[in-house]
Amino acid sequence: MIYAKPFAGLQGHGREQGMTTQPKTLFEKIWQTHIVRPETPETPAVLYIDLHLIHEVTSPQAFSELRARGLKVRRPDHTLATMDHSTPTTPRGADGIIPVLDAQAAAQLSQLERNCAEFGIPLFALGSDKQGIVHVIGPEQGLTQPGMTIVCGDSHTSTHGAFGALAFGIGTSEVAHVLASQCLIQSKPKTMAIRVDGRLQKGVTAKDIILAIIAKIGVGGGTGHVVEYMGEAIRALSMEERMTICNMSIEGGARAGLVAPDDTTFNYIAGRPYAPQGADWDAALAQWRALPTDDGAAYDAEVTLDANTLTPMITYGTNPGMGLPITGHIPNPGELSDPSQRVALDKALRYMDLQPGQPMLGQKIDMVFIGSCTNSRISDLRQAAGLMAGRKVADGVRVMVVPGSQQVKKQAEAEGLHTIFKAAGAEWREAGCSACLAMNDDKVPAGKYAVSTSNRNFEGRQGPGARTFLASPVTAAASALAGAVADPRELLG
Amino acid sequence: MDPIKTFSARIVALPLENIDTDQIIPAKYLKVTDKSGLGEGLFQSWRYNADGSPKDDFVLNRPDVQGAEVLVAGNNFGCGSSREHAPWALQGYGFKAVISTYFADIFRNNSLKNGLLPIQVDSETYYQLVSLFDEDPATSVTIDLASQQLILPGGQAVSFPIDGFAKHCLLNGVDQMGFLLAEEASTAAYEASHPARVATVR
Ligand code: SF4
Repeated sequence: MIYAKPFAGLQGHGREQGMTTQPKTLFEKIWQTHIVRPETPETPAVLYIDLHLIHEVTSPQAFSELRARGLKVRRPDHTLATMDHSTPTTPRGADGIIPVLDAQAAAQLSQLERNCAEFGIPLFALGSDKQGIVHVIGPEQGLTQPGMTIVCGDSHTSTHGAFGALAFGIGTSEVAHVLASQCLIQSKPKTMAIRVDGRLQKGVTAKDIILAIIAKIGVGGGTGHVVEYMGEAIRALSMEERMTICNMSIEGGARAGLVAPDDTTFNYIAGRPYAPQGADWDAALAQWRALPTDDGAAYDAEVTLDANTLTPMITYGTNPGMGLPITGHIPNPGELSDPSQRVALDKALRYMDLQPGQPMLGQKIDMVFIGSCTNSRISDLRQAAGLMAGRKVADGVRVMVVPGSQQVKKQAEAEGLHTIFKAAGAEWREAGCSACLAMNDDKVPAGKYAVSTSNRNFEGRQGPGARTFLASPVTAAASALAGAVADPRELLG
Repeated sequence: MDPIKTFSARIVALPLENIDTDQIIPAKYLKVTDKSGLGEGLFQSWRYNADGSPKDDFVLNRPDVQGAEVLVAGNNFGCGSSREHAPWALQGYGFKAVISTYFADIFRNNSLKNGLLPIQVDSETYYQLVSLFDEDPATSVTIDLASQQLILPGGQAVSFPIDGFAKHCLLNGVDQMGFLLAEEASTAAYEASHPARVATVR
């Protein structure tokens, strides 16, 4: 049975709100320009979606639903698919082909291929030179642009917010909604401003900013909110660093994270394959420049952080909020007043097999994973390679370097980064999600410790029984060389 | 989807904060292309030993909680990955509702789309339910969606919030796709007045 309109007297379909003098936030501006049907007391808003990214894991049941109802994809030209989660990242064979040995993964990948062919959706399939992690390829291709609404059946869709787009993760039912209608039912979220003032010290990166933010607000701190990151330290970041920050918004519970677009943003987009060109570029630019939050606009919540005093961060527990400065010591559950937090920390330390009071520096590790939609872009790889050049990975430590996309891989190879990694004793692999989520062949073995540049340290996230320390690419590289959690600032001099 | 009627069911408590969707259903179960079989993977690493045998100390494996249909869990339930496999797995196992003090946004959305009720209560009610379960694992509650009330064993009624539109859909057994499809004209009008911001097919 499908929905029958129960509510009489609904007004204002498709009408945008008129110009007001009320100052607006960046979020508010994007929200208002995408309303197909405004929110009413009885019904949520219907929001238009400019770009829908899909991958093999969260889309099959959505396509089945379309088929069951005899529906088409309304806008294949607003949709793009890639393969990333269940793909192997093992180096290609002599024939140039990446073999998919897992039968279930192979079935899922070919299902995506069939679905895209049937519904006319462009696909960056495994083996194509554009394939990669969904949140790496959108920006890389110039598809991610300011002022857009972007969704994907993946919580890290928040990454695209770095461009001043409203981008958020959705479930599979909603994937079906967007495929069929190009719209989404949404209640309006609240807004939160996170201001990072000051300047980062050497060896301290965007990853450390976001880990510090999550340690401060907690993994549920942003729930119900769209975050806008602002302040001197954010403005100074490159696009790739802003993506690292927005990527992990969801780890603080936020629906989405945004950074106001500026010249850094525009310079990054210009000339990319799907970027507007010529007169279209000028028109787009004029619109994008009007997006930043107006003076005096209000947010529902505000948080501030001082970049000057930040140090490299690392997590010690089983959620991304359990993080501390790398020179810190593991907290004692006995000292927490909140009983449920005490239980959670105690459980986390037992899973991690770590002791209260223990320093993080010097903690032995077995693996290092440099990759994921948080930190697998060219600048991340350059930073890691910079530390590893002319040095050797510690004995007994397995280091996987996994570029975020085939384009990143190509660029890294053109710069010779792969030879640096290989000479140091690290593995140089094909693009994909890899050991970020343990649904392909790349895993951290049970009971082993890994420093990872990914975004989740949940129990079993990197493999059953795997123990994850989240950190930046430079911290990961320094730790790979030391065979233990290490402070990158010592190597950077 | 069947309309949701008032029901009574036994509870089982899993009093942990921040239970993420990787715990609810690990990634290795995400290779399915349908929704079947996910109940078996629910809380997999907490529920089973490496050899596949059940872990005796995990609450869902206790003989006296079998058949419980309402899960009581700690704050920020369902955080992390957007996988809709999480509510599918909870339903596949047999849960009809989850009671917590807070739900992560995407999990809440996904649950409502599938008829798994996310019942948000204050922490007093939450702790009350946890101790009721500790004292008597046969404790049951009644959930009345129409009046948005959770009725505790003593008859005490606690109201819970739920999005009005989702509630309408759940009570009537309708899904939300039809509502969006009915907006075809407004969507076309929107597209006519807003030039496409991007084109993936050229
Ligand atoms: S890299 Fe990890 S977090 Fe990012 S999309 Fe892939 S699985 Fe998700």
